Amino acid sequence: MTAIQIIFILSALVILGAAVMVVSTRNLVHAALYLVATLFGVAVLYAILDATFLTVVQVVVYIGAIAILFIFAIMLTRREMRDQGEQLNKGWGAAALIGLLTFGGLFMLLNNWRGVNATAAALPSGFDGVVELGTALVSTDAFVLPFEVASVLLLAALIGAVYVAGTKK
Amino acid sequence: MTFWSDPINFVAQWLRDVFTGWGWNPGLANAITLLLGALVLILFAMLLDIFLVWVERKVVARFQDRLGPNRIGPFGIFQPFADIVKLIIKEDITPAGADKLVYNLAPILSLTSVLLLWAILPLAATIYGTDLNVALLYLVAAGSLGTLSIIMAGWSSNNKYALLGAFRMVAAMVSYEIPMVVALLIPTIITGSMSVKEITLAQGDGGVWFFIAAPLATVIFLISAIAELGRSPFDLNEAESEIVAGFHIEYTGMKFGLFYAGELLHAFTFGGFLAILFFGGYRFFGLENLHPFVGAIIFLVKALIGYWVIMWVKYTVPRIRIDHMLGFNWKFLTPLSLVVLMVTAVLNQVLAGTETWVYALVMFLANVVIGWLTLEALRAYSRSQRKAEEPAVESVAQAAQH
Amino acid sequence: MIPLSWYLILAAALFSVGLFGVLARKNAIAILLGVELMLNAVNINLVAFWRYGSLASIAGQVFAIIVFAVAAAEVAVGLGLVISVYRRRNTVVADELDLMKW
Repeated sequence: MTAIQIIFILSALVILGAAVMVVSTRNLVHAALYLVATLFGVAVLYAILDATFLTVVQVVVYIGAIAILFIFAIMLTRREMRDQGEQLNKGWGAAALIGLLTFGGLFMLLNNWRGVNATAAALPSGFDGVVELGTALVSTDAFVLPFEVASVLLLAALIGAVYVAGTKK
Repeated sequence: MTFWSDPINFVAQWLRDVFTGWGWNPGLANAITLLLGALVLILFAMLLDIFLVWVERKVVARFQDRLGPNRIGPFGIFQPFADIVKLIIKEDITPAGADKLVYNLAPILSLTSVLLLWAILPLAATIYGTDLNVALLYLVAAGSLGTLSIIMAGWSSNNKYALLGAFRMVAAMVSYEIPMVVALLIPTIITGSMSVKEITLAQGDGGVWFFIAAPLATVIFLISAIAELGRSPFDLNEAESEIVAGFHIEYTGMKFGLFYAGELLHAFTFGGFLAILFFGGYRFFGLENLHPFVGAIIFLVKALIGYWVIMWVKYTVPRIRIDHMLGFNWKFLTPLSLVVLMVTAVLNQVLAGTETWVYALVMFLANVVIGWLTLEALRAYSRSQRKAEEPAVESVAQAAQH
Repeated sequence: MIPLSWYLILAAALFSVGLFGVLARKNAIAILLGVELMLNAVNINLVAFWRYGSLASIAGQVFAIIVFAVAAAEVAVGLGLVISVYRRRNTVVADELDLMKW
């Protein structure tokens, strides 16, 4: 058991525990805050995986923007400060079964796949993931088209969100 | 490497040797050494924070034509310790209906988000926590944790003033993040790296301090840093004349102390980043080569000057309204920063390979032209506004006469 | 060193938890929270496959970034819709939003 494995297990426990709280807690603001814990755990995993850029972007975009937006939306859409009553619908038993079956199916698939126990190669010296990523995102023989399409999507979402949520004059 | 030339790494290496000498495996010894290093850095930051309380109180007193604390110790320098004792013996109140866990977590997260920044501050060439290749984004990421702590504090206090303050603060911080990121991109473009260490090195031999090559970016960074700190003129989150004390209204004793300490340290840290990004960091015309500690002292002095500028703005400029603040960001600062970014990126390509002084001069002139055009546009806008208002004022005056 | 299977099993579990949240929650915003969990599970997989596959092809990280962009777009539009619905119907419970049911 190396130190990195201990860190992985701790962050995995945080991720899964917080994720279970996200889907089960009655207080929605708490659910959003547990989502932040999950996202932070995922950022730790990215750091273990040597994806430094994604680690930081995960915190900036998910925690700094998306989670805050969720908290705002939760506060804007309720009449009292506390949530009352059951937060799960009548079919939650079936939903739990579907969730378990999905996990079981994925587990079986992974179990039968040969590549599942692969180990990572050590990073070559002088490897800078940020430079590689930046070059790949703007070079024409790599991912410039998906990158541009994503930016158009973001612009469309921006205009759409303003149009949908804005008050009509 | 001797103790004289590189004290920090020398001590770290010595500690590693001691730990492995005790029969620990090298990985564990390294982890414990790094942990001790982080602890020392945090202790240093917190001790500095106590000193900053005194600096802040003394400087604000001078700005307001008072003497400030002068009873305890020479120049009142031990006043912060009296403050700490006072904060500790105050009653610790958790309001009824507060969300206890979130309420108690928020001040800790607030201070943590500031201490995180110290991991990437290079105090000297060999004294730094870590050299991240995404350090500037890390700065923004730590800021978003601060935003989260404020909304947690505001919501969990179960107080409408606290919630209002948190909403204002979050709206301001989320929008001022954009010009800040763009301003951070400009040193990145000039250097070609997001690492703070590289940026400091690029301002040394064969380079100029970036405030010459990017004066507008310096100003934009300073303004958005002040907004990020929530200090006057952007202290809408506290605005004691409207919403009492904003998000920390319900906090007493040391919990309030954590918010306060976090704010002061945050201001100082942003002064430090201003020094690193635009004023050469720990470098001062070769003086830093004498000894790492000399570099650290140069850095701290530069950071204190940056901190002083932030205080200067805070205690001389009155608070502005929240809609003016957001309008200023979206209609002025963001477009301006994007224009500066585009011009810098194009010029950086055009000027690639030229002499340093040509590069710096052209960049500086481009910034001056952009600044002049901006001022002209603002002047034309305010003239048109005045024209639109004048007839209305006259008709009111005439109506009053009749 | 951590074997790839740990990441994949963690991601599968996270995906299932998110799926449960999407199917079982009443509140429309809570459903969106579940969607975020599922997107994060996918991202863990993408980055893990990049790290354990060939490092030279950076596709895993690029896809993860595009998932970030899609998640941000989805949250902006989704929460905009929820707030707009709340203004008109005064509820965000998914079961009660049944005007288009038949």
